[in-house]
Amino acid sequence: MTRLERRHLRNGLLFCLPWLIGFSVFLLYPLVASAYYSMCDYSVLLDPVFVGLDNYRQMLSDPLFGKSLWNTAYYAMFSVGLGLVISLSLAMLLNVRLRGIAWYRTALYLPTLMPVVAASVLWAWMYNGESGILNSLLAKVGIEGPNWLADPSWAKFAMVLMTVWGVGNAMVIYLAGLQDVPVQLQEAAVIDGANWLQRLRHVTIPMISPVIYFNLIMGIIGSLQVFTRAYIMTGATGEPERSTLFYVLRLHNVAFQDLRMGYACAMAWVLFLIILALTLVLTRVSRKWVHYER
Amino acid sequence: MTERGSSDVGSARTLPAVRRLVLIAAAAGVAVLLAWSLVAESGHWFGALAEGHNPNAPRRIIYWEKWTGFEGEAMQRVVDEFNRRQRLRAQRQSGYRPIEVEKVIVSEIGRKFMVAVAGGDPPDLAGLWSNNVASYAEKGAMMDLTETLPKLGITREQFIPVYWGLCEHRGRVWAVPTAPATTALHCNTRLFREVDPNWQDPPRTIEEMDRWAERLTKWRVTTTEGTTEIRRGYCPNVPDDRKRLIQVGFLPSEPGWWRWQWGCQFGGTLHDPNRGITADDPANVRAYEWIASHARKLGPKNIQRFQSGFGNFSSPQNAFLCGKVAMELQGVWMANFISKYAPGMRWKAAPFPYPADRPDLKDTTYCDSDVLAIPRGCPHPREAQEFLRFVCSQEGMEILCLGQRKFSPLAVESERFRREHPHPYIGLFRSLAMGPNVYAPPRISVWEEYTREMANAYNTIQNHPERSVREILGGVRVTMQRALERENRRYDRRIAAAE
Repeated sequence: MTRLERRHLRNGLLFCLPWLIGFSVFLLYPLVASAYYSMCDYSVLLDPVFVGLDNYRQMLSDPLFGKSLWNTAYYAMFSVGLGLVISLSLAMLLNVRLRGIAWYRTALYLPTLMPVVAASVLWAWMYNGESGILNSLLAKVGIEGPNWLADPSWAKFAMVLMTVWGVGNAMVIYLAGLQDVPVQLQEAAVIDGANWLQRLRHVTIPMISPVIYFNLIMGIIGSLQVFTRAYIMTGATGEPERSTLFYVLRLHNVAFQDLRMGYACAMAWVLFLIILALTLVLTRVSRKWVHYER
Repeated sequence: MTERGSSDVGSARTLPAVRRLVLIAAAAGVAVLLAWSLVAESGHWFGALAEGHNPNAPRRIIYWEKWTGFEGEAMQRVVDEFNRRQRLRAQRQSGYRPIEVEKVIVSEIGRKFMVAVAGGDPPDLAGLWSNNVASYAEKGAMMDLTETLPKLGITREQFIPVYWGLCEHRGRVWAVPTAPATTALHCNTRLFREVDPNWQDPPRTIEEMDRWAERLTKWRVTTTEGTTEIRRGYCPNVPDDRKRLIQVGFLPSEPGWWRWQWGCQFGGTLHDPNRGITADDPANVRAYEWIASHARKLGPKNIQRFQSGFGNFSSPQNAFLCGKVAMELQGVWMANFISKYAPGMRWKAAPFPYPADRPDLKDTTYCDSDVLAIPRGCPHPREAQEFLRFVCSQEGMEILCLGQRKFSPLAVESERFRREHPHPYIGLFRSLAMGPNVYAPPRISVWEEYTREMANAYNTIQNHPERSVREILGGVRVTMQRALERENRRYDRRIAAAE
């Protein structure tokens, strides 16, 4: 290696050093440590005691592990589906040449900028069974609204419905994808006699399928880690009747209320493996329906 | 031919200069950051250095406390008095370095305490809850005070027995009680006198309370003719879609802090040292069947809707303070909130009713207490113990309890304390603590988990009063027994590893 090359390497490494230090301290070390602690009995206050796979075995007999997993799967399934449909629909509505369209795009994106805590408090008030705005609006059309967050049959659905608040991000990404669809393809389809729905199905959706795939993966990863809104709206209890006890909320309670950090680390690794498996399956399946322009 | 030359040479010359500038700027930024952190820390370092070198510099200790408002102010008065006495002592005693306590208000104190101890940077003292003692003591977060307290002149005999017991776990003492509490039935006099203008005495038995609860419950009913009227009672013949609850006589889920404790009011226990978890004790089953009867009478959906309209506890919209709930099980602190948010409210307190066939359960009450603990790894244990000694003295404790308007946990109260106390029912709450029917949370390390299970069981019973209470509580027993055995195994494993 010449002197100049060594100098370049040294300078490059020096510039990378802050990131490397941050990566090692805040990502790599916690990752490795949590893998070790997941095989320990660790209360944070005392030294960890190695117990092998005991924490993982405990999960099999823990009824709340299964309950929280089911709640999270329910939430992910409906919130991702609802989010995808609504964000795509909004993006298509915003993909027109209209005077003031920028204002509409901004207005629909703004709710996404609200911090999750503030949005959760706001929605908790909106969902109030006695005086909430949702039930007031429903009452005007003669429908008696449910006790959204107090009724176990409605609480999870209420959380899913909140998803519409945060569709701004996906909507903007869809909008970018829609604007990338070649106009010539649309025109050719029109010439061939395709109607709006046929153009959507055979031209638009295939052309934006990579964007759909991206939003699907990101949506699943995000929804499987739902925590803040359940924590704020149910006081970290997962009430009513544990219908909103999501996986990460359960993990938080185990770690910081029960002081079983080892078990919590094991739960974290199981979640990671679930998300990894889902991502790999979706990536495999995506070869059939995602079309990349070459 | 393109003009190569000056601009390209100029570009070639500027590149190293730009790179040099970037490197200098980066180095300067790092240097500024380092310098700033050094300066920020230097105050702490120099302070520590000065403390070490100045023979008269005060010995500072940090005390974490959770309370704000008048409760926080009461503790601040104790801290101020201690600091004043320390300064006086330093003036009189040459060479004595006074101890200076700095009180820091900390929210979520339980979690932060745990993190601080785990991180090796705990405060010198922390004001915790009594139900933290078993869990934190078992996990080694607190200093064992069993041998220390007698040397400070603090003994079990100085305290009301039940409160000393709250600070013990596995035969050792881990904290000292400070501001104690008991619970009693609180009644809204105005609502009672709307039904009976001559009403004087709160109900004594559960059956009497149930009768009053029915008379004090009001609905807004839409009649078949389309008019609206107010009706009292449970109105079982009116369908739910034509009636709206506007006032309830008694609602066990308000304030909802102790959903685990109803069995104890009926003479049940949640844990037995020989039998383990006893959530489905017959007395507990009876108590929760009584809870289910309330849900059947009012209707689960009506309760959910009604309760969702309650305001915050610490506000004039508190359900009891604004007259939505006529009777409530509450603690000694309730008088403070009444005088702050509803100063004109007329109310009475009385021992919580007992089942008529169990007169032995008369004056049953839940007891709880704030505690003061020294964390493991405390930087100044001797100084912290001095402050503990002052708080547990007659004078220190009465400054605190008078300020918080609670009774003292000490076995003996001064005449001045009794005379100056602003709480109209303080004698009642103290006498309940000294009585035979006092219960507290069981001192087991899985208590947090147990309260969550019991809260879930309570919600299930209230939302589905048709389900079997025995089965629901039986499920809690099985779950918690497993959890208790798991924690006992963890404890034994840790002891074995330590040996």
